[in-house]
Amino acid sequence: MIKQPLWPRVKRILIQHLDPVLMAGLGVLMLVGLVVLYSATDGNWSRVLAQVANILAALTALWVVANIPLHYLMRTALPLYALGMLLLLGVMTPLGVNSHGATRWLNIGVATIQPSELMKIAVPLMMAWYFEKHEASLTLKNYFVATLLLLLPVALIAKQPDLGTAILISASGFYVLFLAGLSWRIMGGLFVAAAASAPFMWNMLHDYQKHRILMLLDPSQDALGKGYHTIQGMIAVGSGGILGKGYLNGTQTHLDFLPERTTDFIFAVYSEEFGLLGNIILLGIYLFIIGRGFIITANASTYFTRLMAGSITLTFFTYAFVNMGMVSGILPVVGVPLPLVSYGGTSMLTLLLGFGMLMSIHTHKTLVQT
Amino acid sequence: MKRHVELKNTQREIYYFRLRLALGIVFVAVLLFVLLTRFVYLQVVQHSHFQTLAENNRISIVPIVPNRGLILDRNGVVLAHNYSGYTLEITPSKVPDLEATINQLAELVDIQPKDRKRFKKLQAESHNFESLSIRNRLSDEEVARFAAQSYRFPGVEIKARLFREYPYNEQTSHLIGYIGRINQADKDQLEEDEDVAANYRGSDYIGKTGLEQSYEKELHGTTGIEQMEVDAGGRGVRVLSRTPPASGNDLVLSIDAKLQEIADNAFGDFRGALVAIDPNNGEVLAFISRPGYDSNLFIDGIDEDTWNELNNSPDTPMVNRALNGAYPPGSTFKPYMALAALTLGKRQPEQTIYDPGYFNFGGHIFHDDKKGGHGSVNMYKSIVESCDTYYYMLANDMGIDNIANFMRQFGFGQRTGIDIEGESEGVLPSQEWKKKRFKRPDQQKWYPGETISIGIGQGYNAYTPIQLAQAVATLANNGVMYRPHLVRHITDARSGEKTQIEPKPLPLRTIPLKQEDIDVIKRAMVGVNKEGTGARAFAGAEYVSAGKTGTAQVYSLKGEKYTEGHVKQELRDHALFIAFAPAEQPKIALAILVENGGFGAQTAAPIARKAFDYYLLGKIPAPVADAGNTGTKHD
Repeated sequence: MIKQPLWPRVKRILIQHLDPVLMAGLGVLMLVGLVVLYSATDGNWSRVLAQVANILAALTALWVVANIPLHYLMRTALPLYALGMLLLLGVMTPLGVNSHGATRWLNIGVATIQPSELMKIAVPLMMAWYFEKHEASLTLKNYFVATLLLLLPVALIAKQPDLGTAILISASGFYVLFLAGLSWRIMGGLFVAAAASAPFMWNMLHDYQKHRILMLLDPSQDALGKGYHTIQGMIAVGSGGILGKGYLNGTQTHLDFLPERTTDFIFAVYSEEFGLLGNIILLGIYLFIIGRGFIITANASTYFTRLMAGSITLTFFTYAFVNMGMVSGILPVVGVPLPLVSYGGTSMLTLLLGFGMLMSIHTHKTLVQT
Repeated sequence: MKRHVELKNTQREIYYFRLRLALGIVFVAVLLFVLLTRFVYLQVVQHSHFQTLAENNRISIVPIVPNRGLILDRNGVVLAHNYSGYTLEITPSKVPDLEATINQLAELVDIQPKDRKRFKKLQAESHNFESLSIRNRLSDEEVARFAAQSYRFPGVEIKARLFREYPYNEQTSHLIGYIGRINQADKDQLEEDEDVAANYRGSDYIGKTGLEQSYEKELHGTTGIEQMEVDAGGRGVRVLSRTPPASGNDLVLSIDAKLQEIADNAFGDFRGALVAIDPNNGEVLAFISRPGYDSNLFIDGIDEDTWNELNNSPDTPMVNRALNGAYPPGSTFKPYMALAALTLGKRQPEQTIYDPGYFNFGGHIFHDDKKGGHGSVNMYKSIVESCDTYYYMLANDMGIDNIANFMRQFGFGQRTGIDIEGESEGVLPSQEWKKKRFKRPDQQKWYPGETISIGIGQGYNAYTPIQLAQAVATLANNGVMYRPHLVRHITDARSGEKTQIEPKPLPLRTIPLKQEDIDVIKRAMVGVNKEGTGARAFAGAEYVSAGKTGTAQVYSLKGEKYTEGHVKQELRDHALFIAFAPAEQPKIALAILVENGGFGAQTAAPIARKAFDYYLLGKIPAPVADAGNTGTKHD
């Protein structure tokens, strides 16, 4: 081996498994996130720096995952899924930590963790792995088993209750099923079954969940209660107009009307200050990232990677859509953050882990075919 | 072969996968389009709507409560004013544990049990999002102490407020009345008129009784508006625009505060009422109802114990006796009876009757107060010596309806229209009145025997002190009657312009009377104060006054002899006195009622003397006035 100068070697190691296009899109989006966060926190640098730390930690995770060859990644599917299910069941034991009427956390002695976050990765991973394993002879039974693999954790999470996460995981699992070629007839049947069971499901919902859905129909019904979030969010977005009120000039934000404005409602802050134009730019950034995700998906070399990449990309889009939809009042408030923009380390980590896999899929192609 | 198939499968597989992926892209595109449409709808189509909502969010209209108008006496002495002070206020809805918060506050500022009680009562009367005072009039030190710790107390604030204060307190309580917190009933009343309701936004207080109530419109002022930028917690960030409030107008009363004070002191410990009027224009110079109450207690909401105490007191301090007390006029009715006799031609001044000490009406004996009688009595003597038999006979000769029709002209049994609300009507007995008053036919009938005691001001007769005062003022003014009124003029707070309230250019009415008849009565009333029942009280007066004493029975003795010492104080007769002075050119006329005061000459007349001495001569009685218990032993 010819000895190369140090820096290019380090540089190669650092970036060889990163996708520059995707990195650029993610970088711009996270930068926008920090800018908006600065406004949403009324110029609180310590919160912004904490988010920078979250990003750096998540980027490290992304880098690590991007460098893991896919066959190693595939092997983690079953253990991760099993671990996730175990932890989800653990939440139901006395080790579960109840907060605000929901038991979503697990006390593992040193810290409390949220197993449902792990499942956001583990469920599509498990399903993609399962399909890969049975690729040669896919039958209806396989789809049925995959659906079960999806519904078991979703049911446990919905029971916690954590509707937002349950929906996102359902979506990511459904995308795997869809991309795996689930026949239209079965999908149609599933849809009918879902519609038929809707009234039954409605009764299964917790009161606050029903309330949120009803609130969507008429937020003014409870303007100071549950509808407050939706109304104030819509006011922020609507009053932003075409060009917005200008950075740091959002009255809804800076006069304290917007609830959860650094997390779930950060889009309202952005939208109020940057207006429709800003929204179009933001949608453009998301579209850019999603587009790149689709290209990676389309070029993925194996069944597993195709399913995985497609599911990650579509789930990312679902995050963004659900969040913007709920802030602008077309979806119920389900507690989904705006991906890569909202303040918070956990969702940042989960999302960038996903993008790490995308990059691994994209950069390990040649190696896989050994 | 197998490899080939596999390869082919893979290609097909990729083809189908990409087809599905393309559908996914369509799915993404459709949803992105939905979002975009929504944004356009919110930010372009509905923009102005949300803009308004955001503005409303941002801008809060804060009413600025105007300063309440002052109340001054005729000489500019302040009877009601405002001063600024700090209050410590709690908004119950913002405080998780009220009791604990109050306990913690008590470590910083002095909070007495009565403050807690008052707060409890306020809380019961208010919405829990209203800011309620737990302590008023904080010292500067207390303000500083709380300010340093205020971060510990969300929902607790120091507020600068204007407080109403009544310097004369109990002596003017029934005249000035008081303001109190606006309650639900007040709110309902205010909301009947939208403009009025708007003007009371932010106002916590409203006049409840007395002049504070009847001149509420003038005193309140116009509420100002401040547009404030606020945050979601309602905290003001900065002022955007301001329309200053206009202070309420000042009331200048016809009351002479010093006269009020002197006359009130002259009552000593007695309960009662006094109304003094300038007969020339109806201006009320003094308006007293005793006992009064501490009107300052009501401003911040009175605590329950004190309230119950005031209401359950046997002295009924909350009753405005001058306005609502209806008393038999007793012998003070006699001058009017005599005037009626002259006017109707039923008696001549020099015509005499013989008084044996009683009047026999169909076997029923009506006693005269003087044992053995007054002997031969003419009109002059009948008034000066207060001969009952003369008036028993006269009443019998006149008949009830003649009496009622004559007395009605003097305002007896009718509201005077004084500018305080809630005046009582009293009772001017007549056949018609009795028919209305009673239900059973046998009760509805007027019996001639009932007319006899009407002649000496007893029986069904019942008049308010303000009526008695108006009547004597009218008599003093030779039958020209004015509406009694307390407010002389209203001073506009901004322009200083004065609006005269009364007297209206024309008197209320002029009673058709002959001057010579009036002079007969007046001479007799001068005689009362010179040589009759009022002589002792007016001994050595430097002016000529006219008066008439009276005694109204509270307790029916049922044939027993009334001896003052033997009857409990609250069953003693009411003492009355009507008077005016100077007799030739009256400047002041008054009616005095001393509850359970015994003989009018003994307790009521000396009060009149002190009032006249001050009003006509400027004499101020020695500080330790011989309280109430002066005067002679005979009526």
